[in-house]
Amino acid sequence: MISDMKPEDIVGDFKEVTLDLYQSISRKILYTDIEIPYPDGKLIVSTTTPDGIITHVNQSFIEMSGFTEEELIGAPHSILRHPDMPPAAFQDLWDTVGRGEKWQGFVKNLRKDGGYYWVKATVIPNVRNGKLVAYTSVRRKPSRTKVEECIKLYPTLF
Amino acid sequence: MSSMFTVSPDFTPDHLSGWYIFNTWIQRQTDTAIHLEMYNDFHSQREAIQNDKIDLIYANPFDAAMLVREKGFQPLVKAVGESDEAIIAVSAENTVEDVAHLNEGIKVAYTEDPDVHLMGMIMLEPGDFDANNITPVLSDTYVLVAKHLLKGEADVGIFLAEAYDDLSSMIKKQLRELVRSQISVIHHSLMIGPKLIDKKEEFQKVLTEMHNDEKGQGVLKSLNFNAWEKVEDDEMEFMIDLMDTLNT
Repeated sequence: MISDMKPEDIVGDFKEVTLDLYQSISRKILYTDIEIPYPDGKLIVSTTTPDGIITHVNQSFIEMSGFTEEELIGAPHSILRHPDMPPAAFQDLWDTVGRGEKWQGFVKNLRKDGGYYWVKATVIPNVRNGKLVAYTSVRRKPSRTKVEECIKLYPTLF
Repeated sequence: MSSMFTVSPDFTPDHLSGWYIFNTWIQRQTDTAIHLEMYNDFHSQREAIQNDKIDLIYANPFDAAMLVREKGFQPLVKAVGESDEAIIAVSAENTVEDVAHLNEGIKVAYTEDPDVHLMGMIMLEPGDFDANNITPVLSDTYVLVAKHLLKGEADVGIFLAEAYDDLSSMIKKQLRELVRSQISVIHHSLMIGPKLIDKKEEFQKVLTEMHNDEKGQGVLKSLNFNAWEKVEDDEMEFMIDLMDTLNT
Protein backbone atom coordinates (compact mmCIF):
# COMPACT_ATOMS: atom_id res chain seq x y z
CA MET A 1 0.00 0.00 0.00
CA ILE A 2 1.09 3.55 -0.65
CA SER A 3 -0.72 6.63 0.61
CA ASP A 4 -0.42 10.38 0.24
CA MET A 5 2.25 12.04 2.37
CA LYS A 6 0.93 13.80 5.46
CA PRO A 7 1.94 17.34 6.55
CA GLU A 8 2.34 16.17 10.15
CA ASP A 9 5.16 13.80 9.07
CA ILE A 10 7.14 16.53 7.32
CA VAL A 11 10.08 18.32 8.91
CA GLY A 12 10.61 21.90 7.67
CA ASP A 13 9.04 23.96 4.90
CA PHE A 14 7.69 21.82 2.11
CA LYS A 15 6.45 21.91 -1.47
CA GLU A 16 3.60 19.82 -2.81
CA VAL A 17 3.24 17.87 -6.05
CA THR A 18 1.25 14.88 -7.30
CA LEU A 19 3.26 12.09 -8.93
CA ASP A 20 1.93 9.43 -11.25
CA LEU A 21 3.72 6.26 -10.22
CA TYR A 22 4.09 2.83 -11.80
CA GLN A 23 0.84 0.84 -12.17
CA SER A 24 -1.36 3.97 -12.36
CA ILE A 25 -0.85 4.93 -8.73
CA SER A 26 -1.18 8.64 -8.00
CA ARG A 27 0.50 10.02 -4.88
CA LYS A 28 0.60 13.43 -3.21
CA ILE A 29 4.23 14.20 -2.40
CA LEU A 30 5.37 16.72 0.20
CA TYR A 31 9.09 17.44 -0.03
CA THR A 32 11.68 19.72 1.52
CA ASP A 33 15.19 20.91 0.67
CA ILE A 34 16.76 19.03 3.57
CA GLU A 35 19.43 16.52 2.54
CA ILE A 36 20.42 13.70 4.87
CA PRO A 37 24.02 12.64 4.15
CA TYR A 38 24.56 8.97 3.31
CA PRO A 39 26.29 7.27 6.27
CA ASP A 40 29.85 6.03 5.70
CA GLY A 41 30.43 2.29 5.46
CA LYS A 42 26.78 1.25 5.22
CA LEU A 43 24.78 -0.45 2.51
CA ILE A 44 21.04 -0.03 2.08
CA VAL A 45 19.55 -3.32 0.92
CA SER A 46 16.05 -4.25 -0.18
CA THR A 47 14.33 -7.00 -2.12
CA THR A 48 11.12 -6.67 -4.12
CA THR A 49 8.78 -8.95 -6.00
CA PRO A 50 9.05 -8.82 -9.81
CA ASP A 51 6.26 -6.18 -9.61
CA GLY A 52 8.34 -3.93 -7.36
CA ILE A 53 6.58 -4.66 -4.05
CA ILE A 54 9.02 -4.54 -1.12
CA THR A 55 9.53 -7.90 0.61
CA HIS A 56 12.72 -7.25 2.60
CA VAL A 57 14.60 -4.22 3.91
CA ASN A 58 17.67 -4.00 6.12
CA GLN A 59 18.16 -1.71 9.12
CA SER A 60 20.01 0.94 7.08
CA PHE A 61 17.03 1.15 4.70
CA ILE A 62 14.68 1.76 7.64
CA GLU A 63 16.96 4.38 9.17
CA MET A 64 17.56 6.34 5.97
CA SER A 65 13.99 6.21 4.64
CA GLY A 66 12.41 7.23 7.95
CA PHE A 67 9.66 4.63 7.56
CA THR A 68 9.05 1.69 9.86
CA GLU A 69 9.59 -1.86 8.58
CA GLU A 70 5.82 -2.43 8.79
CA GLU A 71 5.19 0.59 6.54
CA LEU A 72 7.75 -0.59 4.00
CA ILE A 73 6.98 -4.30 3.62
CA GLY A 74 4.17 -4.68 1.09
CA ALA A 75 4.59 -1.13 -0.24
CA PRO A 76 5.71 -0.43 -3.81
CA HIS A 77 9.36 0.58 -4.05
CA SER A 78 8.17 3.86 -5.57
CA ILE A 79 7.39 4.96 -2.00
CA LEU A 80 10.92 6.44 -2.25
CA ARG A 81 10.29 8.22 -5.54
CA HIS A 82 11.42 11.86 -5.39
CA PRO A 83 9.79 14.36 -7.78
CA ASP A 84 13.24 15.54 -8.94
CA MET A 85 13.98 12.09 -10.41
CA PRO A 86 13.17 11.96 -14.13
CA PRO A 87 10.77 9.15 -15.11
CA ALA A 88 13.25 8.21 -17.88
CA ALA A 89 15.73 6.99 -15.26
CA PHE A 90 13.22 4.51 -13.86
CA GLN A 91 12.12 3.48 -17.34
CA ASP A 92 15.75 2.64 -18.05
CA LEU A 93 15.95 0.70 -14.76
CA TRP A 94 12.88 -1.43 -15.54
CA ASP A 95 13.92 -1.97 -19.17
CA THR A 96 17.41 -3.08 -18.09
CA VAL A 97 16.42 -5.48 -15.32
CA GLY A 98 13.57 -6.72 -17.53
CA ARG A 99 16.25 -7.95 -19.94
CA GLY A 100 17.84 -9.82 -17.03
CA GLU A 101 20.71 -7.34 -16.73
CA LYS A 102 22.16 -5.38 -13.84
CA TRP A 103 21.19 -1.67 -13.58
CA GLN A 104 23.28 0.96 -11.89
CA GLY A 105 22.60 4.63 -11.40
CA PHE A 106 22.52 7.61 -9.06
CA VAL A 107 19.19 8.18 -7.39
CA LYS A 108 17.71 10.94 -5.23
CA ASN A 109 15.42 9.18 -2.77
CA LEU A 110 12.53 10.68 -0.82
CA ARG A 111 12.23 10.24 2.94
CA LYS A 112 9.05 9.96 4.96
CA ASP A 113 9.85 13.36 6.54
CA GLY A 114 10.05 15.03 3.10
CA GLY A 115 13.87 15.19 3.09
CA TYR A 116 16.07 13.37 0.61
CA TYR A 117 19.30 11.38 0.27
CA TRP A 118 21.42 10.51 -2.74
CA VAL A 119 22.58 6.95 -3.38
CA LYS A 120 24.50 4.94 -5.93
CA ALA A 121 22.03 2.13 -6.60
CA THR A 122 22.56 -1.28 -8.17
CA VAL A 123 19.56 -3.44 -8.99
CA ILE A 124 19.89 -7.07 -10.05
CA PRO A 125 17.31 -9.64 -11.08
CA ASN A 126 17.32 -12.70 -8.79
CA VAL A 127 16.99 -15.74 -11.00
CA ARG A 128 16.40 -19.14 -9.36
CA ASN A 129 16.19 -22.27 -11.53
CA GLY A 130 15.92 -20.06 -14.59
CA LYS A 131 12.94 -18.08 -13.24
CA LEU A 132 12.86 -14.44 -12.14
CA VAL A 133 11.74 -14.48 -8.52
CA ALA A 134 12.73 -11.06 -7.21
CA TYR A 135 14.91 -7.99 -7.57
CA THR A 136 17.61 -7.04 -5.08
CA SER A 137 18.67 -3.45 -4.78
CA VAL A 138 21.82 -2.35 -2.97
CA ARG A 139 22.66 1.32 -2.40
CA ARG A 140 26.00 2.70 -1.37
CA LYS A 141 27.45 6.11 -0.69
CA PRO A 142 27.81 8.03 -3.98
CA SER A 143 30.69 10.28 -4.94
CA ARG A 144 29.77 13.96 -4.56
CA THR A 145 31.15 14.71 -8.01
CA LYS A 146 28.72 12.23 -9.56
CA VAL A 147 25.85 13.65 -7.51
CA GLU A 148 26.67 17.19 -8.70
CA GLU A 149 26.61 15.93 -12.30
CA CYS A 150 23.18 14.37 -11.75
CA ILE A 151 21.85 17.56 -10.13
CA LYS A 152 22.66 19.33 -13.42
CA LEU A 153 21.59 16.50 -15.75
CA TYR A 154 18.31 15.23 -14.29
CA PRO A 155 16.23 18.43 -14.75
CA THR A 156 17.01 18.23 -18.49
CA LEU A 157 15.49 14.73 -18.76
CA PHE A 158 11.87 15.69 -18.03
CA MET B 1 40.21 -42.09 -0.65
CA SER B 2 39.98 -39.25 1.80
CA SER B 3 38.15 -36.02 1.11
CA MET B 4 39.95 -32.70 1.03
CA PHE B 5 39.17 -29.76 3.33
CA THR B 6 40.64 -26.29 2.92
CA VAL B 7 40.25 -22.87 4.51
CA SER B 8 40.18 -19.53 2.74
CA PRO B 9 43.74 -18.13 3.04
CA ASP B 10 42.43 -14.90 4.58
CA PHE B 11 41.98 -16.37 8.07
CA THR B 12 44.25 -14.97 10.75
CA PRO B 13 47.32 -17.21 11.27
CA ASP B 14 46.57 -17.39 15.02
CA HIS B 15 43.81 -19.85 14.17
CA LEU B 16 45.92 -22.22 12.06
CA SER B 17 46.21 -24.89 14.75
CA GLY B 18 42.48 -24.45 15.44
CA TRP B 19 41.61 -25.62 11.94
CA TYR B 20 43.73 -28.77 12.36
CA ILE B 21 41.97 -29.50 15.65
CA PHE B 22 38.63 -28.87 13.95
CA ASN B 23 39.52 -31.25 11.12
CA THR B 24 40.34 -34.05 13.56
CA TRP B 25 37.07 -33.41 15.40
CA ILE B 26 34.86 -33.42 12.27
CA GLN B 27 36.46 -36.66 11.02
CA ARG B 28 35.63 -38.41 14.29
CA GLN B 29 32.10 -37.03 14.43
CA THR B 30 31.18 -37.95 10.87
CA ASP B 31 33.37 -41.02 10.46
CA THR B 32 34.76 -39.50 7.26
CA ALA B 33 38.42 -39.43 6.26
CA ILE B 34 39.29 -35.79 5.56
CA HIS B 35 42.67 -34.29 4.79
CA LEU B 36 43.19 -30.61 5.62
CA GLU B 37 45.19 -28.79 2.98
CA MET B 38 46.16 -25.19 3.69
CA TYR B 39 47.02 -23.07 0.67
CA ASN B 40 49.28 -20.07 1.02
CA ASP B 41 47.39 -17.92 -1.42
CA PHE B 42 44.11 -17.56 -3.28
CA HIS B 43 45.57 -18.56 -6.65
CA SER B 44 46.72 -22.02 -5.59
CA GLN B 45 43.49 -22.60 -3.67
CA ARG B 46 41.35 -21.62 -6.67
CA GLU B 47 43.38 -23.90 -8.90
CA ALA B 48 42.65 -26.81 -6.54
CA ILE B 49 38.94 -25.89 -6.62
CA GLN B 50 38.95 -25.73 -10.42
CA ASN B 51 40.56 -29.19 -10.52
CA ASP B 52 37.77 -30.55 -8.27
CA LYS B 53 40.21 -31.45 -5.51
CA ILE B 54 38.24 -29.76 -2.73
CA ASP B 55 35.23 -31.31 -0.96
CA LEU B 56 34.86 -29.12 2.10
CA ILE B 57 35.85 -25.46 2.39
CA TYR B 58 35.60 -22.56 4.80
CA ALA B 59 35.02 -20.09 2.01
CA ASN B 60 35.06 -16.34 1.80
CA PRO B 61 31.88 -14.76 0.36
CA PHE B 62 33.59 -13.79 -2.88
CA ASP B 63 34.51 -17.38 -3.72
CA ALA B 64 31.14 -18.70 -2.50
CA ALA B 65 29.47 -17.54 -5.73
CA MET B 66 31.84 -19.57 -7.88
CA LEU B 67 31.61 -22.59 -5.57
CA VAL B 68 27.79 -22.64 -5.71
CA ARG B 69 27.25 -21.70 -9.33
CA GLU B 70 30.13 -23.47 -11.05
CA LYS B 71 31.14 -26.26 -8.72
CA GLY B 72 27.86 -27.44 -7.17
CA PHE B 73 28.81 -26.63 -3.57
CA GLN B 74 26.14 -26.03 -0.93
CA PRO B 75 26.39 -24.04 2.29
CA LEU B 76 26.50 -25.85 5.63
CA VAL B 77 27.04 -23.37 8.44
CA LYS B 78 28.46 -19.99 9.43
CA ALA B 79 29.97 -18.83 12.71
CA VAL B 80 27.32 -17.23 14.93
CA GLY B 81 27.69 -13.46 15.22
CA GLU B 82 30.59 -13.22 12.77
CA SER B 83 30.47 -11.08 9.65
CA ASP B 84 33.11 -9.79 7.27
CA GLU B 85 33.68 -6.07 7.61
CA ALA B 86 36.39 -3.86 6.16
CA ILE B 87 38.23 -0.83 7.45
CA ILE B 88 39.86 2.06 5.63
CA ALA B 89 42.76 3.28 7.75
CA VAL B 90 45.43 5.94 7.42
CA SER B 91 48.54 6.81 9.38
CA ALA B 92 47.72 8.64 12.64
CA GLU B 93 49.72 11.60 11.32
CA ASN B 94 47.40 11.97 8.35
CA THR B 95 44.92 14.79 9.05
CA VAL B 96 42.31 13.72 6.47
CA GLU B 97 38.85 13.18 8.03
CA ASP B 98 36.91 11.96 4.99
CA VAL B 99 37.83 9.77 2.01
CA ALA B 100 36.50 12.57 -0.20
CA HIS B 101 39.42 14.71 1.00
CA LEU B 102 42.16 12.25 0.03
CA ASN B 103 44.41 13.43 -2.77
CA GLU B 104 44.33 12.09 -6.30
CA GLY B 105 46.69 9.21 -7.12
CA ILE B 106 46.72 7.80 -3.60
CA LYS B 107 48.70 4.65 -2.86
CA VAL B 108 46.39 1.98 -1.43
CA ALA B 109 47.78 -1.02 0.45
CA TYR B 110 45.63 -4.15 0.53
CA THR B 111 45.88 -7.93 0.53
CA GLU B 112 44.54 -10.38 -2.03
CA ASP B 113 41.54 -11.04 0.23
CA PRO B 114 38.87 -10.50 -2.46
CA ASP B 115 35.79 -9.57 -0.44
CA VAL B 116 37.69 -7.19 1.83
CA HIS B 117 39.29 -5.54 -1.18
CA LEU B 118 35.85 -5.16 -2.78
CA MET B 119 34.32 -3.62 0.36
CA GLY B 120 37.33 -1.35 0.79
CA MET B 121 37.16 -0.06 -2.77
CA ILE B 122 33.44 0.63 -2.31
CA MET B 123 34.28 2.74 0.72
CA LEU B 124 36.80 4.72 -1.38
CA GLU B 125 34.24 5.38 -4.14
CA PRO B 126 32.69 8.43 -2.44
CA GLY B 127 36.10 10.06 -2.94
CA ASP B 128 35.97 9.26 -6.69
CA PHE B 129 38.59 6.53 -6.36
CA ASP B 130 38.53 3.32 -8.35
CA ALA B 131 41.03 0.77 -9.70
CA ASN B 132 42.00 3.19 -12.48
CA ASN B 133 43.18 6.10 -10.36
CA ILE B 134 44.86 4.52 -7.34
CA THR B 135 48.33 3.03 -7.08
CA PRO B 136 48.00 -0.46 -5.61
CA VAL B 137 50.45 -1.64 -2.95
CA LEU B 138 49.74 -5.37 -2.83
CA SER B 139 50.68 -6.85 0.53
CA ASP B 140 50.91 -10.45 1.74
CA THR B 141 49.37 -9.83 5.15
CA TYR B 142 47.43 -7.18 7.05
CA VAL B 143 50.44 -6.55 9.27
CA LEU B 144 52.32 -5.59 6.11
CA VAL B 145 49.44 -3.29 5.09
CA ALA B 146 49.93 -1.55 8.44
CA LYS B 147 53.69 -1.37 7.93
CA HIS B 148 53.27 0.25 4.51
CA LEU B 149 51.14 2.94 6.17
CA LEU B 150 53.63 3.50 8.99
CA LYS B 151 56.57 3.79 6.58
CA GLY B 152 54.67 6.20 4.35
CA GLU B 153 54.77 3.71 1.46
CA ALA B 154 50.96 3.81 1.26
CA ASP B 155 48.45 6.58 1.99
CA VAL B 156 45.51 4.31 2.72
CA GLY B 157 45.18 0.72 3.92
CA ILE B 158 42.27 -1.66 3.42
CA PHE B 159 41.92 -4.11 6.32
CA LEU B 160 39.68 -6.96 7.30
CA ALA B 161 38.14 -5.41 10.45
CA GLU B 162 39.03 -8.47 12.54
CA ALA B 163 42.66 -8.28 11.40
CA TYR B 164 42.80 -4.54 12.15
CA ASP B 165 41.37 -5.08 15.63
CA ASP B 166 43.96 -7.83 16.22
CA LEU B 167 46.93 -5.56 15.41
CA SER B 168 49.18 -4.83 18.39
CA SER B 169 48.25 -1.72 20.36
CA MET B 170 51.62 -0.22 19.47
CA ILE B 171 50.84 -0.43 15.74
CA LYS B 172 47.21 0.63 16.17
CA LYS B 173 48.29 3.76 18.07
CA GLN B 174 50.09 4.90 14.94
CA LEU B 175 47.07 4.31 12.69
CA ARG B 176 43.64 5.92 12.40
CA GLU B 177 40.40 4.36 11.24
CA LEU B 178 38.74 6.49 8.56
CA VAL B 179 35.74 4.30 7.69
CA ARG B 180 34.51 0.98 9.09
CA SER B 181 31.92 -0.95 7.10
CA GLN B 182 28.66 -1.97 8.76
CA ILE B 183 27.33 -4.40 6.20
CA SER B 184 26.48 -7.30 8.58
CA VAL B 185 25.22 -9.76 5.94
CA ILE B 186 28.50 -10.78 4.31
CA HIS B 187 30.19 -13.72 5.99
CA HIS B 188 32.42 -16.74 5.48
CA SER B 189 30.65 -20.10 5.28
CA LEU B 190 31.62 -23.71 5.64
CA MET B 191 30.56 -25.33 2.36
CA ILE B 192 30.29 -28.91 1.16
CA GLY B 193 31.09 -30.16 -2.35
CA PRO B 194 29.35 -32.67 -4.66
CA LYS B 195 31.37 -35.71 -3.52
CA LEU B 196 30.26 -35.25 0.11
CA ILE B 197 26.80 -33.82 -0.56
CA ASP B 198 25.05 -37.00 0.64
CA LYS B 199 26.44 -36.22 4.08
CA LYS B 200 25.21 -32.61 4.12
CA GLU B 201 22.52 -33.11 6.76
CA GLU B 202 24.80 -35.20 8.96
CA PHE B 203 27.52 -32.54 8.82
CA GLN B 204 25.01 -29.77 9.51
CA LYS B 205 23.63 -31.64 12.51
CA VAL B 206 26.99 -32.29 14.20
CA LEU B 207 28.19 -28.75 13.48
CA THR B 208 25.11 -26.94 14.78
CA GLU B 209 25.16 -29.08 17.93
CA MET B 210 28.91 -28.71 18.41
CA HIS B 211 28.69 -26.00 21.09
CA ASN B 212 26.54 -28.25 23.32
CA ASP B 213 29.40 -30.67 23.74
CA GLU B 214 32.36 -29.94 26.01
CA LYS B 215 34.98 -31.12 23.52
CA GLY B 216 33.20 -29.35 20.67
CA GLN B 217 33.21 -26.14 22.69
CA GLY B 218 36.96 -26.41 23.12
CA VAL B 219 37.44 -26.86 19.37
CA LEU B 220 35.24 -23.83 18.65
CA LYS B 221 37.25 -21.81 21.14
CA SER B 222 40.46 -22.65 19.29
CA LEU B 223 38.84 -21.07 16.21
CA ASN B 224 37.62 -18.11 18.26
CA PHE B 225 33.99 -18.98 17.43
CA ASN B 226 31.09 -19.46 19.84
CA ALA B 227 28.92 -21.75 17.74
CA TRP B 228 27.92 -22.63 14.19
CA GLU B 229 24.50 -21.90 12.73
CA LYS B 230 22.88 -23.34 9.64
CA VAL B 231 23.07 -21.37 6.39
CA GLU B 232 19.97 -21.94 4.25
CA ASP B 233 20.42 -22.18 0.48
CA ASP B 234 18.26 -19.04 0.08
CA GLU B 235 20.48 -17.06 2.44
CA MET B 236 23.54 -18.07 0.44
CA GLU B 237 21.81 -17.10 -2.83
CA PHE B 238 20.99 -13.72 -1.30
CA MET B 239 24.61 -13.17 -0.29
CA ILE B 240 25.81 -14.18 -3.76
CA ASP B 241 23.35 -11.71 -5.32
CA LEU B 242 24.59 -9.06 -2.94
CA MET B 243 28.22 -9.71 -3.86
CA ASP B 244 27.14 -9.48 -7.51
CA THR B 245 25.68 -6.02 -6.97
CA LEU B 246 28.87 -4.86 -5.24
CA ASN B 247 31.21 -6.26 -7.84
CA THR B 248 30.51 -3.47 -10.35
